[in-house]
Amino acid sequence: MADFVSASWSLAIIVVVLLSIGACWLLAWSVSRQRVPDSPAESAGVIDSSDEPSTDPRAVGTTGHVWDETLEELNNPLPRWWLYLFYGTCVFGVVYLLAYPGLGSRSGWLDWSSASQYDDEVEAARAVYEPLFANYLEQEVETVAEDPTAIAMGERLFLTYCAQCHGSDARGGRSFPNLADNDWLGMATTTHVKNTILNGRIAVMPSMLAAVGNSEEGLDQVAHYVLSLSESNHDVELAAAGQARFAVCAACHGAEGKGNPAIGAPNLTDDIWLYGGSLETIKDGVRAGLQNQMPAFGELLGEGKAHVLAAYVWSLSAEHRNP
Amino acid sequence: MNPSAPLHRDDRPEARSLLEVSKKLYPRAVSGVFARWRWALVWATQLVFYGLPWISWNERQAVLFDLAARRFHIFGLVLHPQDFIYLTALLVLSAMSLFLFTTVAGRLWCGYACPQTVYTEIFLWIERRIEGDRARRMKLDASPWTVQKFRKKALKHAAWLAVALWTGITFVGYFTPIRELVPAVATLALGPWQAFWILFYSFATWGNAGFLREQVCKYMCPYARFQGVMVDRDTLVITYDEHRGEPRGARSRKAVSVGGDCVDCSLCVQVCPTGIDIRDGQQYECIGCAACIDACDQVMDKVGSARGLIRYDTLNGVEQGLERSSLLARVFRPRVLLYAAILATVSVVLALSVISRVPLKVDVMRDRGVLLREVKNGQIENVYRLMISNGTERERVFVLNVTGLADIAIDSERVVRVDASANRLVPVRVRATPDPSARGSQPIMFEIVADDDPDVVRQTSASFYLPTGS
Repeated sequence: MADFVSASWSLAIIVVVLLSIGACWLLAWSVSRQRVPDSPAESAGVIDSSDEPSTDPRAVGTTGHVWDETLEELNNPLPRWWLYLFYGTCVFGVVYLLAYPGLGSRSGWLDWSSASQYDDEVEAARAVYEPLFANYLEQEVETVAEDPTAIAMGERLFLTYCAQCHGSDARGGRSFPNLADNDWLGMATTTHVKNTILNGRIAVMPSMLAAVGNSEEGLDQVAHYVLSLSESNHDVELAAAGQARFAVCAACHGAEGKGNPAIGAPNLTDDIWLYGGSLETIKDGVRAGLQNQMPAFGELLGEGKAHVLAAYVWSLSAEHRNP
Repeated sequence: MNPSAPLHRDDRPEARSLLEVSKKLYPRAVSGVFARWRWALVWATQLVFYGLPWISWNERQAVLFDLAARRFHIFGLVLHPQDFIYLTALLVLSAMSLFLFTTVAGRLWCGYACPQTVYTEIFLWIERRIEGDRARRMKLDASPWTVQKFRKKALKHAAWLAVALWTGITFVGYFTPIRELVPAVATLALGPWQAFWILFYSFATWGNAGFLREQVCKYMCPYARFQGVMVDRDTLVITYDEHRGEPRGARSRKAVSVGGDCVDCSLCVQVCPTGIDIRDGQQYECIGCAACIDACDQVMDKVGSARGLIRYDTLNGVEQGLERSSLLARVFRPRVLLYAAILATVSVVLALSVISRVPLKVDVMRDRGVLLREVKNGQIENVYRLMISNGTERERVFVLNVTGLADIAIDSERVVRVDASANRLVPVRVRATPDPSARGSQPIMFEIVADDDPDVVRQTSASFYLPTGS
């Protein structure tokens, strides 16, 4: 609670707050002691304009305050219990300020803070939901992936934590992988999926500009060769010239361009293009290299949610595994 | 008479305080046509209030406001927070009814139907059964404490608290199933919030109807104060006929109309639940309960004068001596007709809206992360989330469809099963063939229809993004 630059600020606030409450009490008390002469309003008995004091039993007294010559304040007394309500609010105010962090930087009897309330609520929620996830943690991800309840939970978690990048249908977008196909850019195992959720992942392809001849021509040739691998539209001559240059790429992508799951190098022979499959995009990638990162979610989600999420993600590609 | 200034008739000391000790009132029991009306309304309102939660409908409580599930059951109707507009309409209806009734016949609501009046009436009845009527209650309160007095007071409070507690339980029974609540009360197995609200509502009933009574109307109720602006000189209010009554005074049986008809028996003051003297004219404290009319009519019968020295009449009526027919004719004045027209319009609109209500709601949210995807055959793909709310109390299957662009179709599951009275968030993938001339955002239309009822259908517009260029 050390939000003040000087401790005297805290003291000043305590003094001002308590003085204000005291002043309210004093005001209510002084009003209750006040007496006003019991003269009926001069203009209240409009019908009766004679000078003699009104004997009309229905006339009402005034407080004696007069403004603008004729504007009088009538006295319709409040019930006395209303006064006790005022005193009550003063007492409540003091008790409340003592119980909660209301007086300067005092933390109050209850030791309450919004942060501690948040922690309590998180703890309460954890007590409810932890057993659910603990139950799934005892099962293999593949087993959980066949449990409809777990999949429904996983879908809700996915829409909350993952859909921002991978899309609500998990099919990704440019530079965000499609999770519903069977192209895992790495090991096609549930352990791999779960680890990726927990620990995140960094992908790097270095710039290959120098390695392909440091020229626009070299880039064109290797790009057309890459396009030819997936039988996309390409220039046959340029592709043929690019084949030799692809040798440096083969270190990661393999001699046939089929990628290497062990280091997450993509397969270039399918029609899945994480960063786009146009000639220009491929040339840009080779020229400048590519970098990509999925953040680690382990700390935010905990292992239970990551386990259920991995099962959900795994279930999305089930049709590709068991055609 | 000075209707604009609040009036008091006190034994005034030389100097007055700005606060005063409110005097305890001992309203005397009264019988008569208006007292019977009030009791009829006590029965009617309380039978509804206490009885409604016990009625079942389709194997559930007929009227249940389930706050936790955010579902509000009113017989066949299931309302969701999205239907809040109906509550607004209900409040408009209540306000307009209040305006209309008050303009025609003053504070009818206050005098006959307001819970403050109704519970005070019930509590007064209990008080009378145990402590006796006005004079005996005054004597009892003035007497020193004895075992007998303590026994009476204890019995009264026990009876009051029983009614108050049952009222609290019934109130909470509108929000949590009452058939589970009552056993929970019996076995002290209540949740903390249930216990709090039962006790809170009981305490409020006991305090308001047992102790605060007219103080609520005089100092706390905002409606009491603003109803004055709806009363005009042609509004039926409770009036004392000054011309006929004055000069007041006791008279011997043989004397024939020496003075006015008022015998100054003060019964009209004794029966008044707010402790005023109606003979002082219109006062803001008057809740229009007509107890003084019943009391005065009985006295007039006894002394052999015509009834109606205190009666429902209008200010114009009393001053100009208008006939009943002429009073009735004046009911149809612009203000009344306007309130009635608004009331009728809102009622009809509300009724039509409830009848034609489609128990299905759909919200379409475009995926924000992924604008669009190029997929095979040169098609463009967009992703949406559809929040589908099934407003019926059984599981339902809905079929999704989309229109608006060439070859537009849903690529994901088109048949969606939603549980009874539940919401479901469904990711939906839509593909379309881009028209070369169209770029950017294009309007499309989702149509969601129940597979068992083509009338249960919703159409919702959305945007489909095409590439912006080259």
